[in-house]
Amino acid sequence: MILGYTIVLVGVSALAGLLCVALGLAGRKPADLTVLSLVMVEVLVLVQIVMALIAPAAGNPPTGSPLEFWLYLVTAAVIPPLAILWALTDRSRWSTVVLGVGSLAIAVMTYRMHQIWTVQLA
Amino acid sequence: MTASSRPSRGVGRVLVAVYGVLALAATGRSVFQIIDRFDEAPVAFTLSAIAAVVYIVATLALASGWRRVALITIGFELAGVLVIGAVSVLQPGWLGLETIDPFGREATVWSVFGAGYLFIPLVLPVLGLLWLRRPRAEARA
Repeated sequence: MILGYTIVLVGVSALAGLLCVALGLAGRKPADLTVLSLVMVEVLVLVQIVMALIAPAAGNPPTGSPLEFWLYLVTAAVIPPLAILWALTDRSRWSTVVLGVGSLAIAVMTYRMHQIWTVQLA
Repeated sequence: MTASSRPSRGVGRVLVAVYGVLALAATGRSVFQIIDRFDEAPVAFTLSAIAAVVYIVATLALASGWRRVALITIGFELAGVLVIGAVSVLQPGWLGLETIDPFGREATVWSVFGAGYLFIPLVLPVLGLLWLRRPRAEARA
């Protein structure tokens, strides 16, 4: 992982998470802004997958366990689609909050993934 | 799932979502620890696996309205995080752990009362039990 990109991913997912939680608690049903914010987070996670596949060959291998890292990353990639599916089938303010919960989870997971990649020893 | 603006049902859905993420996290970590380093702390990691399974059942119970199953699993989780959290701080050796680092190699969901998971494993069961205290008709996410 690369620090700059980690900051982007953590930042965007945290912001999207807080935004969705706030809008949900304020009574907004899932809409373009909230659903697309999760789509954006998913795109960033997919880019992270590509980067993590290439990085070791480019001289940036993980210091920690690759299995642990990939478990986190695959889980992170699965969460936004599930959250979006939830929001589209149940159009209530609470599913907007659920979108936020999913995005915040990804922010935390990304931080952990960065630790596993750059600091933690296998 | 039908749309509902009744706070208790909606809050119940958020509970299901957070429990689902926690179940996912606990299961992933548990699977990894057992595959990678089971012999380092077999007691702790076995407890971790049991916790993960119970979290999964709790999530399903909350989502499907199995009130009694939800009460039992969430109660188990609360007892677990309190007891194992205390043991991990006071007598880590009982779990086969050398340190009390909730972020370490042998950390589990309940280490130091769930500190490694922002104390969500500690707060969530309390919220879950409070939500389940509602009248039977409403206690379904």
